[in-house]
Amino acid sequence: MNGLDSLFNVILTTDFAFSVLRVTTPILFAALGALISNRAGIINIGMEGIMLVSALTGVIVSSYSQNAWVGLLGAVLAGTLIAGLLAFFTLKFKTHIILGGIAINMFASGGTVFILYLLSGDKGSSTSLPSKVLPSLELPLIKDIPVVGQILSGHHVLTYISIISVFVVYYLLNRTSLGLRIRSVGENSHAAQSVGVSVIKIQYTALLLSGFFAGLGGAYMSMGYLSLFTRDMIAGRGWIAIAAESMGRSTTAGTALTSLLFGAADALSNAFQVLKIPAELIATLPYVATVVGLVIYAVSETRKKNRKISAK
Amino acid sequence: MFKSKYFETFRTTAVILIALVIAFLIIALVSDNPVKTIGIFLFEPLNSKGHIGNVIEMAIPLMFTGLAVSLLFRANMFNLGAEGVFYFSGVVASAIAIHWSLGGFLHPVVAILAGSIVGAILSAIPGILKAKWNANELVTSLMFNNILFGIGLYLLNYQLRDAKAFANVSFKFEKTALLDKIIPGTRIHTGLIFVLALIVLAHFFLYKTKWGYELRMTGANRSFARYSGMKTAKVIILVHLLAGFIAGMGGSVEVLGMYTRFQWTALPGYGLDGALVAMLAKNNPLSVIGSALFLAYIRIGADLMARLSDVPAEMISIIQAVIILLISAEQFLKFWKNRMLLKEAREA
Amino acid sequence: METPLLEMRGITKVYPNGVVANRDVNFSLREGEIHALAGENGAGKSTLMKMIFGMEEPSEGEIYIRGEKVRLQSPQDAIDRGIGMVHQHFMLVPSFTVAENMVLGMEPRKGLGIHYAEAIRMTEETARKYNLAVNPKAKVEDLTVGMKQKVEILKALLRGAKILILDEPTAVLTPQETEELFRELQQLKEHGHTIVFISHKLKEVKAICDRITILRGGSSEGVFQTADMSEQEISRLMVGRDVVLKYDKPNVALQEPVLTVQELNVSDRQGNSLLRDVNFTVHGGQIVGIAGVEGNGQRELIEALTGGLQGVSSNGAVQVKGTEIREADILTIRNLGVAYIPEDRMSQGSAAEASISDNLISTRYRSKAMNKGFFLRGSSVMEMATRLIEDFKIRCSGPKQPIGMLSGGNMQKVVVARECSANPQLLIAEQPTRGVDVGAAQLIHQKLLELREKQSAIVLVSADLNEVLEISDCLLVMYEGQIVAYIENPSGMSEEELGLYMLGIKRQDAQQIRRALSHV
Repeated sequence: MNGLDSLFNVILTTDFAFSVLRVTTPILFAALGALISNRAGIINIGMEGIMLVSALTGVIVSSYSQNAWVGLLGAVLAGTLIAGLLAFFTLKFKTHIILGGIAINMFASGGTVFILYLLSGDKGSSTSLPSKVLPSLELPLIKDIPVVGQILSGHHVLTYISIISVFVVYYLLNRTSLGLRIRSVGENSHAAQSVGVSVIKIQYTALLLSGFFAGLGGAYMSMGYLSLFTRDMIAGRGWIAIAAESMGRSTTAGTALTSLLFGAADALSNAFQVLKIPAELIATLPYVATVVGLVIYAVSETRKKNRKISAK
Repeated sequence: MFKSKYFETFRTTAVILIALVIAFLIIALVSDNPVKTIGIFLFEPLNSKGHIGNVIEMAIPLMFTGLAVSLLFRANMFNLGAEGVFYFSGVVASAIAIHWSLGGFLHPVVAILAGSIVGAILSAIPGILKAKWNANELVTSLMFNNILFGIGLYLLNYQLRDAKAFANVSFKFEKTALLDKIIPGTRIHTGLIFVLALIVLAHFFLYKTKWGYELRMTGANRSFARYSGMKTAKVIILVHLLAGFIAGMGGSVEVLGMYTRFQWTALPGYGLDGALVAMLAKNNPLSVIGSALFLAYIRIGADLMARLSDVPAEMISIIQAVIILLISAEQFLKFWKNRMLLKEAREA
Repeated sequence: METPLLEMRGITKVYPNGVVANRDVNFSLREGEIHALAGENGAGKSTLMKMIFGMEEPSEGEIYIRGEKVRLQSPQDAIDRGIGMVHQHFMLVPSFTVAENMVLGMEPRKGLGIHYAEAIRMTEETARKYNLAVNPKAKVEDLTVGMKQKVEILKALLRGAKILILDEPTAVLTPQETEELFRELQQLKEHGHTIVFISHKLKEVKAICDRITILRGGSSEGVFQTADMSEQEISRLMVGRDVVLKYDKPNVALQEPVLTVQELNVSDRQGNSLLRDVNFTVHGGQIVGIAGVEGNGQRELIEALTGGLQGVSSNGAVQVKGTEIREADILTIRNLGVAYIPEDRMSQGSAAEASISDNLISTRYRSKAMNKGFFLRGSSVMEMATRLIEDFKIRCSGPKQPIGMLSGGNMQKVVVARECSANPQLLIAEQPTRGVDVGAAQLIHQKLLELREKQSAIVLVSADLNEVLEISDCLLVMYEGQIVAYIENPSGMSEEELGLYMLGIKRQDAQQIRRALSHV
């Protein structure tokens, strides 16, 4: 009981709620990216790699320009560019999208170390590069509200942008012509084609957007969450994002909520250590949840089919 | 004269050449002495018995996972779970190597068999989910990689970890569990014999047996297989079991052949490399040997280059990415094939 | 003479795989008419229309709109020129609302977003203008088939279509919905629209079309005023026999019954009846042909004979040599000695990337002749493959060549060789010569007749009337899931008479049909 008490003591603090938002940010960005490309019918499993490249680019550009915002721009451009590369190969050369994603991840995990070593002479981290960090913001008015202020105020600027992004992506997908076309391409590309929508163009756009958001997530990792680049620093967040998108059944709200849930699981892994539940096992929870969700869905689909048959 | 049926061979060669040219370009950009560096990259792996040994040592796990993935791809199953299975089976074999004591050759055999069987069972799960409920085997296998890694890491940290060691590694394996070195002056171990035997077996299985035939037909066209009376769900589960067994054996053999403690704190990547090997081998078991050796060769070349010159070994992952992107690109050089076909049609 | 609204001259379409879908076809539309395009399945109707809608480009020939030569390279080109198409498989996004589907690709905007109120207004306005009531806010996945079709028509109209192509629009409709559709089409005609109505249901063609173009085997049989043509005349042109095949059919004494189908009823998931009270027997040494316009139950009948009915509601008896197979799996059925030449050689009948020999053994690698336990007998497989390649005159470089590299005719010979060479008790041949050249077709016919002499029972389902009439010992005609005629020695029968049965105009009485089920 004592352990449980102390667990609640950890969870029920404003610090914990604050840290949930902090660790959710990169997952949320990447999950929104995955959402957009999935809605266009292409599964981008290169999120991990794109985030890694962006994280490094942010560090490099900010340290050379001595401007964090320029660094952010560089990071996002790099993410979009890598996604563009993936799009070029999969849409033009018809490379298998999954193998393309694997290639991107492979390229990123070695390529970032390669570049890092060339620029800093170090293969582990970018300590020798004087990179910049994006600021945190105190929210006027809100910061003075007790509890709420402590949870919501004082976050990294990209954390706020990630929350705003949820609404932007929702608006994009559900209220704009681009969103309508993205969804039509993903759901019935023949229908889209028959009214003159260019399927290739829409898929290009969706992949670029997925790279854009993954780029924001990567930038957050090296210019917010940490203040430097370390090798393989994304540490599975890209995969968790893909899992979150899948668990969220490809809806904006579902994806955002699952990202938050997985973020909380991440934050909890520290708290759970009080209960002597190892962090390694907690870290698998998002993936277990996704497999379970996937199986439940697959079984219910199969049942639905069978029921239709037996109904007559 | 070139014929369109040689197109695939031609294309593979072209992809490899392009990748090498890119490697040279990178070296030329980065290195102070590019000619010497390229020389090291290309020829140093052949320069001594030890280096040749390194290439073969590196090729062993690549052959295991390449073979496993080839079988899956051959059955048209897009399962990338070899990665997690390879890792987890390594943990299982390590646990037996540490905690059991068995005499003579039995110890490694039991450890490897245990790893292989666990691998087969774990790999079958996405297979069964696919065969029974049509759950996407790609997504489940990718998730399984992370789950197996988490559990494996937990076992390493909580069950196998040697607190006295300087790093996050397991207790030492019992001496009896280690695989024998078979060529003096290298670390090439008996795993090489296992994997070559397995490859030959897989070749015979695939091309000379009823089950292998069912596997190939199910992969080539599942509704044709069904129409012919084959139980394709059974075939899908079978190929997952086989692939898991092979990948699991690979992980077990690798830890017992190359290490004295279990020390992977990240996924070693051999499973995904296996996908690359399978692609280069066009999913043919015998060709897995050549493509694994090629991949191992350029990796060892890059390692040696990093040691002997100023270019880091990670360059190789860029080269690998290029190879994957181009080799699976259906349209790459397609215009060339079409031209050949047209020409042949005119001549016919 | 006035310039036609749309004119196609000398259109030939050859697909990359060598299939000639259209050969030197002329087609023209007068403004404000309803023009029927009729022909059997595979006659080239859809290909011709795809070329008007920019989905395919002709290999030869020209298209004119109001006398001006045009090139239609994409659906957008066609839409821009006022052409709209309602596809047989609806081009709608199920999770979208009607209004969203309507405006997809031409969304009205307000600021950054879509102007939804405007989209709904546009939908309502178009609906009102053409008197086609739809609910703009309803989700398409919740609509009935008839409603979906209305949305499709409105979609085309909203995009300014003056020419509307409807690809077999009534195939999916109930009779009531069909009537409503016809009223709507009449209204559109009054609005000055021109309509192309693709169909092989001649009653419907007679009911609403002004003129008719008839296609057969990819070529045009001419353009006619529908009023001047009887259904019989149209059907004769659609299915007529050009070359009369003649084969020497030796008399073969009837053997024991192999296949017995009794009181077979099949219905789909919605409870619609697909097969009703089907009864017939096939004896060893007998070829029973099954004729009918496609979609009248032949598919379901074949499924019932080949293990395809699992999961569908059915009752009755289907027995092979006394063993019930209606709900058996494919392997059980094959083990009883049933062979099956499927209609689609690409998706079912073969594995394109596998070798010819691999394709030849798929139904017999389990037999002792082909394996010793777990292992295949490589040399026996090769011997058999080499023999069959010779026997069936399959043109290839050898048994190891991938089957996908063969021409359609040779590919089909591989399928036929596999199924015929195992001396089956019962062979089900579905469209065995569709899309193959004359030489291959003759060879396949010979092989069927040889099998008959070897006392196999054969069910031949074919849309090629020439084939069913000439090869079969007796013929069953299917209409709307029922057998409507049983004809012995059909080779002397006129196609006009057969056409009457196929179109449901004429049917035998129950007593006559009952003869198909002989009690031996």
